[in-house]
Amino acid sequence: MARFKKPAEGTWTQHYPELGTGMVSFEDSRSPAFYELEREAIFKRVWLCVGRVEQLPRNGSYFTKQLPGVKASILVSRDATARVRAFHNVCRHRGNKLVWEGTPRDEACGSARQFVCKYHGWRYGMDGACTYVHQEDQFFGVRKDQLGLAPVQCGTWAGFVFVNLAPEPRQTLQDYLGTMVGALEGYPFHQMTERYSFRAENNSNWKVFSDAFQEYYHVPPLHTHQLGPTEQARNPEYEFEAAHYQLDGPHRMVTTSGTHKHTWPAEHLYPAEALTRSGSTGPWDAPDLGAVLPGVNLSGIKRWGIDNFQVFPNLEILIYERGWYVTYRYWPTSHNTHVFEGDLYFVPARNARERLAHEYAALTFKEYGLQDCGTLDGTQMGIEQGAFRDYPLNDQEILVRHFHKTVGDWVDAYARARAQERAQ
Amino acid sequence: MSDVLLPPEFSGLEPYAATWCLATEAERWAQRQCSSMDEMQAFYDAFFPRAEQAIVYCERFPLDDMPVPAERLLQLLHSLLMVSYAVEVWKQPEVINGGSARIFRILEPRP
Repeated sequence: MARFKKPAEGTWTQHYPELGTGMVSFEDSRSPAFYELEREAIFKRVWLCVGRVEQLPRNGSYFTKQLPGVKASILVSRDATARVRAFHNVCRHRGNKLVWEGTPRDEACGSARQFVCKYHGWRYGMDGACTYVHQEDQFFGVRKDQLGLAPVQCGTWAGFVFVNLAPEPRQTLQDYLGTMVGALEGYPFHQMTERYSFRAENNSNWKVFSDAFQEYYHVPPLHTHQLGPTEQARNPEYEFEAAHYQLDGPHRMVTTSGTHKHTWPAEHLYPAEALTRSGSTGPWDAPDLGAVLPGVNLSGIKRWGIDNFQVFPNLEILIYERGWYVTYRYWPTSHNTHVFEGDLYFVPARNARERLAHEYAALTFKEYGLQDCGTLDGTQMGIEQGAFRDYPLNDQEILVRHFHKTVGDWVDAYARARAQERAQ
Repeated sequence: MSDVLLPPEFSGLEPYAATWCLATEAERWAQRQCSSMDEMQAFYDAFFPRAEQAIVYCERFPLDDMPVPAERLLQLLHSLLMVSYAVEVWKQPEVINGGSARIFRILEPRP
């Protein structure tokens, strides 16, 4: 049955012996206490992707980003020297949320020369320095130059903007991303600036949702319709096998050969797929991104389709052979709810035909994404029921195994360090 | 003539224009959810055979400088794709096994 070469150990999971092959507990996805630990141990200490540099097109550009799991809003700006900076989006005066549009819960973006607090009119430069205190002479010994915004550690890599809420992160962003993810540095993400953004509030733990996108084992049974309009194409017993799995520290990736629908005969296609020359693996007519694409198709398979990089903890980058990419982000809001963000990026459409090909890919993303969202509410309910203590995972679910182990390792390390501090 | 929305070559689609010339995915999604399968099948059957011709018409213009009737025709094409999922794939307006989930498109290129 093996269609692709496996490691010498015979399976991908056994190639990484630290993972084991035993049953896996999902207690980490139903316990409120574990969620509280996870917020401290991971989300307050790790590099988190908050956006793309294209959201900061010029000096003075800014955007806000709510990080629900850690109850923080981050203000990201490009200052007068073109440096990307991040701050807690909080006025130094009395803690008002500084920048928002519509309601304080909504995100804001735009271009400014300064930030002005709506409450008492304090002002800040794009570098975070306080530039104006209203009725300054009424205060007691305050100095403007000591009342700037609270900076947040910030870095950019391959055009992705990351922040870290730890005052002194243990690793630089580059070191944190490691060699496997880091090798994508030269991938031409910057050419794919046409963006479709999606947001969902789901009734499942953030890891339960992420788990579905770390394996393709579920695709033939759950997304049978995606396979095509004919009974012949819709085979829920189709045996999925990924071409390559790789782990690097907390990060992981999977390569698949994809469906290559652009090579299929018309009778196995939906009419709209044939009309738009597009679908679940993107527009068929790929843009020319250059001959060499660094960091992808690590095992060099001939029929490369998709590379799916899971950047710990909550960013997924899917790079498609047809010259577009997608990111998923999962932001926990409680032990059994999260916000899901999906973003699709294309080389900008030059005409209506290309626009419609992108539109159909974006439609397809939502239609099948709803099947995942709908189903995973049920997974959360099932896990919370506690009927089983642990669950079997197969070799095609190696990344699920690695993800939960990594989360557990981080939480354990944090708990041990706290215990040691208390003992001293 | 003020109620003519589409380019004259596509006047046969005027009966669908007022309902389906919608600028955003949110509007098109909402229209699909409140339309019957008969209504969507009629729109699909009337438009799909002419869709390639409509794409050829629209792609003559730059996306950021389309005449208004052409832009409406492009909106109608977007709606055709929205409806195609109900007609071709699910055979119902809602996604099969979508449960109570909702996904919102919060940013998209325009037109």
